[in-house]
Amino acid sequence: MRTARFSRGFSDYQIKMAFIMPTMILLILMNIFPLLWSLYLSFHRYKASMPNRPAKFIGPQNYARLLTDPEIWGYFQTTAYFVVLAVITQFIIGFGLALLLNREFRYKGLVTTLILLPMMLSPVVVGLFWRFIFASDASGLVNYLLSPLFGGPIGWTTDPKIAMLAVVIVDTWMWSPFMMLISLAGLSAIPKYLYEAADVDRASQWFKFRWITLPLVSPLLLIALLFRTMDAFKMFDIVYVLTREGGPGIATETVSMNLYKLAFRNYNTGKACAMAYILLIIIVALSNIYVKHLNKVRGEA
Amino acid sequence: MKKLACYFAILMFSVLIIATPSTNAQEKLTIAWAQWDPANYLDELSNDFTAETGIEVDLVQISWSNFQDSVFTAFVGKSDRYDIVIGDSQWLGRNSVGGHYVDLTDWINENIDVDAIYATAMEAFAEYPKGSGKYWALPAEVDANGFLYRTDLFEDADEQAKFKEKYGYELAPPKTYEELRDIAEFFTRPPNLYGIAPWYSKEYDGITMGFQQVMWSYGGSYGDPETYKVEGHINSDDVVAALEYYTSLRAFSPPDAPNYYWAETLDAFKAGKVAMAMDYFAFFPGVVDSNQNPNYYDKTGFFVSPAGPKGHAISIGGQGMSISAYSKNQDIAKRYLKWFMQKPVQEKWAQLGGFTPHEEVLQSEVFLNATPFNKAFAASFPYLRDFWAVPEYAELLEACQTGWNQVIIGSKSAKEALDDIARKHEAIFEDAGYYD
Repeated sequence: MRTARFSRGFSDYQIKMAFIMPTMILLILMNIFPLLWSLYLSFHRYKASMPNRPAKFIGPQNYARLLTDPEIWGYFQTTAYFVVLAVITQFIIGFGLALLLNREFRYKGLVTTLILLPMMLSPVVVGLFWRFIFASDASGLVNYLLSPLFGGPIGWTTDPKIAMLAVVIVDTWMWSPFMMLISLAGLSAIPKYLYEAADVDRASQWFKFRWITLPLVSPLLLIALLFRTMDAFKMFDIVYVLTREGGPGIATETVSMNLYKLAFRNYNTGKACAMAYILLIIIVALSNIYVKHLNKVRGEA
Repeated sequence: MKKLACYFAILMFSVLIIATPSTNAQEKLTIAWAQWDPANYLDELSNDFTAETGIEVDLVQISWSNFQDSVFTAFVGKSDRYDIVIGDSQWLGRNSVGGHYVDLTDWINENIDVDAIYATAMEAFAEYPKGSGKYWALPAEVDANGFLYRTDLFEDADEQAKFKEKYGYELAPPKTYEELRDIAEFFTRPPNLYGIAPWYSKEYDGITMGFQQVMWSYGGSYGDPETYKVEGHINSDDVVAALEYYTSLRAFSPPDAPNYYWAETLDAFKAGKVAMAMDYFAFFPGVVDSNQNPNYYDKTGFFVSPAGPKGHAISIGGQGMSISAYSKNQDIAKRYLKWFMQKPVQEKWAQLGGFTPHEEVLQSEVFLNATPFNKAFAASFPYLRDFWAVPEYAELLEACQTGWNQVIIGSKSAKEALDDIARKHEAIFEDAGYYD
């Protein structure tokens, strides 16, 4: 009987399952299980570096301690400050570049590729070479150029009032091209006849931008903003390298930087899991706001 | 066809899930250490072990920035990747209590002549808890915080006369921290020359290793090692004075100094930016090498970290050799440790440039005259002290690193930062049950 069934071969459903199962199992092992396991650990006092000490259930204590710790709120404020400043700047520069590039000219392809280069580099490499560019003495290119104007070197990575600006500049240099790319895709998709119709009506440049370009490109802009916000909220690599673990002091210590220290320096695994969940909830909430707005914009369009 | 596709899928799945690379760990020893010159010396030295025993030694050099993370991640994953780990002294508590290091107490007592090793080195790199007689490692590279200075500046007759006129005593390598500040002030001539390059960095243990020796020399301490009480120790008036002193050196250091740790102070010195620089002795071979330091290799002097108003203490550097509890080659690892601690091997280790913990070798004329800085290193030995080595050291270190760096950059006053550190340290100890 078994041999007979085997000889008939597998059904379409079984074949489908055979192809899907490896991915499903990997997904469960690599994503779902760690997600649930970290949720479990977030309610425990547990250090991964002490495997001989079992996890002790402490209820929501990790969450309570994190949410009542003024230093943690400080890291959230630093992160929020960075996200707002970086994403807005990248949006303005990226969209501006896209408007400039949304026309035909010689070497357009080459110029676009060159502008996209920073985005293709590793953030650690970017952090490292900007560390040299921002060096606070004459060996740093920026200070070499600006020192005569400001009467001395600027402490880009040593002055707590300026360090965040340095991080924003580097992140903007790296990610404005991404904003430009998405904006350019949106701008290219706008039908030319709309502008031609507006020209016939002798509409001003501002009118065309306000009533044709902006409404039609905004769904894509919102998607770009969503990606960048989520990514900026997780800012880690550039502050790790450029401002040396979120320095000077705690001037650029973002939530992710602190989370890394909690998890992999201090091995405060339970608390780190709780922190990761708080971060996850915030990112999901922010994404939902964007998505709702995106749906609204699409509806209007 | 369907059947074939199905079998292919099953095959691929099986390969993905069950295939593991086969390893042949027989007669091969893997040692993990940071990427620096002493690791190269050990690599060379280990060739002798291979020649004697036929056992291959693979020395994995991990960049300093990833060293701790790589080793701890391997331990957390119970990986048998490393047989021997040459780790920082602060790691002892975490890795012994966590079960990652093999308890070597009985083996060391039976196989190693502990009396031949400097007691300070055994206590710092091998013993946990301190004074318990329980050993988890053997000292490998014993390092100390020392100073470099520019002999062309210090020995210049004109500079000497000007210095004496201003400060009333001879210009010479400083013996006290007050003298160090005077000299640093004297040579501060921005933007091309500054007096001193101290460790101020927030990275890993940078500022802590630089400042703690000043703190001890000013009469301060981290806390009571018996009760683990911190309040009144780390935020005492002595420590406030020490931190204010250490912060005052910023006026005589290059603008980038808040980011300085060993690599940056070394670079600043080699570039001729500073008259004096703080660094670990282990990096000094590169300073006297004409290829690595073409401008000042023959114009560099070395001095022992100065004394303070209430004592003399120096931050210990270096690492001890421990055997991973997850190693499948523990017997070979023990054989290597025993071989390494032999006097002739220690002599060769010192010859190659390693800083030996072997007392007799360390005090021998051959060692003392082998390099221009070995005398200063040997003279530093009696003053060596260490940070907490408890399992919670990383959290304690983090609080110090951030707090002290905030004082250097002017975000907090010394008193505010120290009160904050004291509060955090007590919370960490309380959380870990030290006060129960």
